[in-house]
Parts: sequence; C-alpha cells; structure tokens
Amino acid sequence: MRIPTPVKAVLSVIVCAVLAFVYIPLIIVVISSFNASQSLGWPPQSFTFEWWVRAFSDKGALSALGTSLIVAACATLIALVLGTLASLALDRFEFFGKEAVNLLIVLPIALPGIITGIALNNAFTTMLGWRLGLLTVITAHATFCIVTIYNNVFARMRRMSGNLRDAAMDLGADSFTTFRLVTFPQLRSALLAGGLLAFGLSFDEIIVTQFTAGTGVQTLPIWIFDNMFRPNQAPIVNVIATFLVIVSIIPITLANRIGGKAATGVA
Amino acid sequence: MSHASRTKVRLPAPPVTASRRLSSFFGKHRRLSLTALLAAPLAWLVLIYIISLLLLLVTAFWSTDSFTGQVVQEWTLGNFGAVFTEALYRAVTVRTLIIAVSVTVIDVVIALPVGYFMSKVAGPRLRGALVVAFLMPLWAAYLVKAYAWRTIVSPHGLLDSLGISPGLGLVATIITMSYIWLPYVVMPVYTGFERIPDNLIEAAGDLGAKGWKTFTAVIIPLVWPSVIAGSIFSFSLTLGDYIAVQIVGGSQQLLGTLIYANVGTGGNMPLAAATAFIPIAVIVIYLTAVRRTGALKNL
Repeated sequence: MRIPTPVKAVLSVIVCAVLAFVYIPLIIVVISSFNASQSLGWPPQSFTFEWWVRAFSDKGALSALGTSLIVAACATLIALVLGTLASLALDRFEFFGKEAVNLLIVLPIALPGIITGIALNNAFTTMLGWRLGLLTVITAHATFCIVTIYNNVFARMRRMSGNLRDAAMDLGADSFTTFRLVTFPQLRSALLAGGLLAFGLSFDEIIVTQFTAGTGVQTLPIWIFDNMFRPNQAPIVNVIATFLVIVSIIPITLANRIGGKAATGVA
Repeated sequence: MSHASRTKVRLPAPPVTASRRLSSFFGKHRRLSLTALLAAPLAWLVLIYIISLLLLLVTAFWSTDSFTGQVVQEWTLGNFGAVFTEALYRAVTVRTLIIAVSVTVIDVVIALPVGYFMSKVAGPRLRGALVVAFLMPLWAAYLVKAYAWRTIVSPHGLLDSLGISPGLGLVATIITMSYIWLPYVVMPVYTGFERIPDNLIEAAGDLGAKGWKTFTAVIIPLVWPSVIAGSIFSFSLTLGDYIAVQIVGGSQQLLGTLIYANVGTGGNMPLAAATAFIPIAVIVIYLTAVRRTGALKNL
C-alpha cells in the first residue's frame, strides 16, 4: 500500500514524540541513580557511584530480588502447564460452555488486581484460616499468569496446520509422542514468549502480592515500595530500577529473535 | 514406478506400550480426553479464583464485631447500603471512572498512530526496534515509573524547573497511569494492525476509496477489536489501582484506596468486599458491552 509522504512524516513525528514521552522518565531514573544529592532535585549537581555500590551490598534488596525470582519462576511454571492444557482443549474440541471457559481464563487479568488480591486474601485468611506466605503468593500469581500462556499458545495453534499432527499419527506415533516430537517444537517459541510475559507480570506485581504475601514475604516490588520514600534509600531504588531496565533487554531481544511475531503480543 | 513398490509390504505393528494404550483409549473417547485436558486448568481457576470471588460476595453480606474487629457471620445489607448511599463512595466512584476513561482515551489515541506506523509504515528492521522500544518499559518496575513521574512533577522536578508542572493531583495521576499502561495498549493495537492483510487495503483503493475513507471504513473496523482489547487493560488496571495514586495523586482517594484502607487500617473486610463490587460491576458491564466485538479473543 502507498502511504502519502505527508502522512508518513506526521506519523514519524508522533512516534518520535511518544518515544520521548516513554523514555524521558526512564532516563531520569538512570541519571538519578548517579545523582550525588539524595533530594532528587533537578538538574543534578554532581554524580557518584556510591548508590550502585550500596545497592549491590544491600541485603534486603538482594533477598527481595531472590524471592521475586522464585515466585515468578514457580508461577510461570504452573501457568505454562495449565495454560498449555487449556489451549490444547479449546483449540481441538468444540463443546458446550467453551465461551465461558475462555472468559474464565481471561477474567483474572480483566478484573483489576485489587479484586484478585482481596478475593484470594479473604479466601485464604478469613475462610481457610491459612497463614499468608510464599505459597499463597505463588498461587495468586499463577492464577493471573495462565492467560498470557493460553493466549500465546492458542494463537500459535490457530496458525498451525493439523496435517503434521495427522501425518505423525498415521506414521504410527501415539498422541504423546506426537505432542513431544511434532506439536511441542512448533509451540516452543510461543511458550517462550508467553512464559517471559508471565514471568515479567509476576516479577512486577505489587497489588496482588500485598494482599497475598503477609508480612514474612518481601518481593522486590514490596521492598521498593517500603524503601522509596526513605530519603537515604531512594537513590538505591533508582539503581535497582536502572539495573532492571538494563537486564530486561536480554529477555526482550531473546524473545524477539526466537519468537518473532509471537513475542510481540502483550497478552 | 519401480517394480519393488508393487509388492505388498506389511509394516510391523508398533509395539504396544502403556502410552500407546492410553493414547488409543483417549482417541476412542473424545469426551474423556477433553476432560483430561481441561481438568487441571478448570479446577485451578474455579476452585481458587471463582470460589474466592463468590466467597468475597458472601463476605460482603457479613458484619464485623465492633470490639474485636473480627468478621462475624451475621447477615446484613449494611455494607452494600453504605457503599450505595454514602456520598463519599459516589464521589470516589465518579472520580475513579473519570480517571479510567481519560487514561484509556489517551492511551488509545497514542496507540493508534504508533501501531499503524509500526505495522504499515516502518520497515522490518525499524519495526523490530520499535517493538523492543515499546516493550522495554513494561519491564521497568511499575513503582519506579510512578516514582519517576513523582520526581518529574514535584517541586524542583523536571517539569517544575520548566514551569509547567501540574503538581501532584488528578492530572499527574492521569498522566502517570497513561504512561504506565501505554505498552499494554500499544502492543495489542499494533498486533491488530499487523493482522490486516495489505491486499484488503489495496482492494479498498481499487474500489475507489481515498486514503481517509479506507482508514475509517476498512482499517478502523478491522483493528477495533484489538483497540477494545487494549482498552480493557488500561481501564481495568486504572480502576483497581491504589499505588500510583498514593505516589503522584496527592491526597486523592480512588476506589482502590478505599478498598485497601478498609482491609488494612480499617480492618473491615465485609465493607471492603462490598466496595470491591463497584469495580467488578463496572468491568462486567464493560466486558458484556464489548463482548460482541470479539475483543476478549484479542487480549
């Protein structure tokens, strides 16, 4: 399709402006992580590496990072299994209530996090009398992560032809072997893209975590929230944020290279 | 055709293993294999999520003991009564809706040209770079992005030093939330544009539609489900937020703040549960309204 040059020019300007809007706050965070003054005044007067050194020796931050990694990994693993099963069922079968199942999978992300949080908190504590801890956080996170896997895998299966699967089974493979050798390799990049997104969602989640973590479990977002308003800790928060942005380049480019288009679906 | 292929060759039957037996069993019983696939995800979502939501509804009809603060199973309509009649709840609901609608409109207005540019104007290399550029902020911690805006709009911040800061409050809340949820809207909208085949657009041109007419009569209707899908994210995420508003909103209250306060400092789970049904009702109404666009399949 031919798009007129003035339209292209206007669109380019808009995209540049939006990129500026997206990146200026992030650049400010990066610069603030080197700002020698703790008051975060603008523009910064002098620079220092002190916050970077202090951040990487901050026990609270490091253990919170570890907790977040554990929670995100477990939630992603559960979501990978449940999301794949659900998408296999909804792709291969027609049944009564299919729409309802679809809605059920989408609901935990369509309803605000505070609803998921308060509902699970109420069920765990008031109804079941459980103590909140790592397990309750992982359960809650897995619940809203299922949809990201489901969407990625389901979209991939829509584009896959059933012929390969039929051929494998005609050649004598049973359905498990067919899944392992034919279906799974085709799904791999969709699983990776969905898994990365699930991991990211869980890693950054604070609202659901606050409601389901109790006092003993401190994930990185909770640690950040507890520390960002303390004057002597705020610069360390900026360091950690900068670090996360830099580290995030790895999974995004990875997903982009392996997944191609699959990696672009937000959910 | 060679001579050998005409002779009948019988393939040996594959060995009968346990997995083969199970596989052929499921092959014969389609219902059972559907059940086997759906059992675990459905059990998880129904037992953990749906039951919890129903229990939340039940809790909203209970009361709290005024001395101990414990939830007591005495049935009352008082919580819903308070939520529906008290002026505070009405004012906060209206304010939250204004913010959610503004944020959604801003994000959609930004996402449309950006998504269109990425999918139809940019070449493959630039497109890949832009996808990365718009996905990356998603990985920068949510809290830090809110905090960055706090430093930008607060006294001595970037905007303040330029003399155009709105200060902490309603406007800052809308800007910050539009900023944080933008990738959630841009990505589905971009994917939506990406799925429109170029030959449809060319066909519109061949049939005599000018550029603008093609855009409004062909492109927009095709991309609309993706726009709605994105709007569900920005709308719902804003509706339940109570963190960003604490950071950039000054002393404003949103529905999320009220719910959080009722659970935490208030220690009144039944009232919090009743309050939680305002955003639930809003989202359910929104989802039913947009269901027919097919947006739920584009989430």
